[in-house]
Amino acid sequence: MRPATRTLADVVVIAALAAYAIPFFWQLLTSFKPEAELLRIPPLLPSRLTLSHYRVVLEQSLMPRALLNSLGIATLTTTVALVVGLPGAYAVARRPVPGKRWLLLAIVASTAFPQIATVSPLYLLMRGLDLRDTWTGLVLVHASFALPLTVWLLAGFIREIPIEAEEAASVDGAGLVKTFRWVVVPLLAPGLASTALLTFLFSWNEFLFAYTFTVSEASRTIPVALALFPGVFEVPWGDIAAASMLASLPPVLIVVALQRFLVRGLVAGAVKK
Amino acid sequence: MLLLAPTALALGALTVYPGAWVLWLSLQHRIPIFGVARFAGLDNFTFLSVDARFWSAAHTTAVFTVASVALEVVLGVGAALAIHTQRRGRAVALSFLLLAWAMPAVVAAKLFEWLYHPVAGLINVALGRHALNWLGDPAIALAAVTLADVWRTMPFVAILCYARLLAIPADLYEAAQVDGAGRLATLTRITLPLLGRILLLAVLFRTLDALRAFDIMFVLTGGGPANTTETLTVYAYRALFQTLQLGFGSALSVVVFALVMVVAWAYLRLLRAGSVAT
Repeated sequence: MRPATRTLADVVVIAALAAYAIPFFWQLLTSFKPEAELLRIPPLLPSRLTLSHYRVVLEQSLMPRALLNSLGIATLTTTVALVVGLPGAYAVARRPVPGKRWLLLAIVASTAFPQIATVSPLYLLMRGLDLRDTWTGLVLVHASFALPLTVWLLAGFIREIPIEAEEAASVDGAGLVKTFRWVVVPLLAPGLASTALLTFLFSWNEFLFAYTFTVSEASRTIPVALALFPGVFEVPWGDIAAASMLASLPPVLIVVALQRFLVRGLVAGAVKK
Repeated sequence: MLLLAPTALALGALTVYPGAWVLWLSLQHRIPIFGVARFAGLDNFTFLSVDARFWSAAHTTAVFTVASVALEVVLGVGAALAIHTQRRGRAVALSFLLLAWAMPAVVAAKLFEWLYHPVAGLINVALGRHALNWLGDPAIALAAVTLADVWRTMPFVAILCYARLLAIPADLYEAAQVDGAGRLATLTRITLPLLGRILLLAVLFRTLDALRAFDIMFVLTGGGPANTTETLTVYAYRALFQTLQLGFGSALSVVVFALVMVVAWAYLRLLRAGSVAT
């Protein structure tokens, strides 16, 4: 192809994919539209932009609390899953564990585990332990649910590290913990980052458990708050749009800032199987 | 061994143990608000076998799964091929896809609820004011829900395929060119066969997700109108937490669980057979 044709082709592809993202951009535009113009299209573009919907959401709704809950729960979930999963992943990747084949099979099988299958016993468990409507309850459930994928991803990344580095460290007299801290973890940093992001996204986006185990704003996460967004007499489309944008802010930031890591993590998760 | 202990403990306590518990619950009549709790054997399952709502939900689940996965594969491969032809701007193109993928399903549901708005929805406006009631009309509600789900999940398929395309060595294409293969022949003889395995994986993941899909229909339609978008998972959820039939709902959950496992097992066999063949 001639260079001009090539450039044109590139532009067409980008335009097509930008069009694919229209549902998002339309909601973004809606979140800045004046209330009176919401149900009046055409025109597609508003006469002016307003922050009033964001003001309502941030000042008069329970969204700020939900944002805080989600941020806390997703961060803690990620931390717990990584701390619990990292040693397990190391064992899977490097140690001769008896029954490893079965163990791996169990891990793969549990990534396919449907949430609905455990939601009723977990509900009884949460009620029995008085963990309903607490951060702890959701963090435990989210972390354990994310754990198989975490272990799987991390094990894959650990296998990519040349084993010579660890052998050299142990020849130099470093114990397991030291080797781990000074050799494995630094080399694993990109893999850790991708895994952490995917775990964070999972917890941030998770709906079924969060919806079932929360009763009040004490632990209501953002997807739940959005699903339950109240309308008094009519549906407040502008406010919902603003709330949706707030709910997608961290995912969007993660995607934009760390695209490379994320693709790596996603691909690793699938290909390693 | 000690290293595995935390993982094993966490999975044991919060996945395996509830997994066994749900089986036990599914064999009971348990309706807490009426104080009912007794062993029922396989009653719940025998009831399911003649429950019209169950079969309707199974049908909806099947239609939703097949339609959404098929659409995702076609669109996903197309998007991956398109991005792969790009000289510049790949990162931007990928960002648009990732944007859709990273959304919480609930947000995607809200985006589409607004797009489907009978009066002010962009889709009806684009269609020239046909004023279709996308989420309220039993004839098209499932299609509307499927479309919303495809939007959010197609990028996953596209990204996996794109990564595989990157790994195809350039000299393979050069050799094809030397042999005089046209673009179509290169696509059908080289590119698509090489995508086969990763596509099978993508289809596996997507099928499992579609079989247990919940968020998107629960938020968009709640299973309605007239239960036309009620999948097995939504039915199970409503039985568990709206009508509070803990035993019966658990039996439904067990069915979803079994279904997912059978499909996963079948795919893995297929995948293994494929890797032996190539």
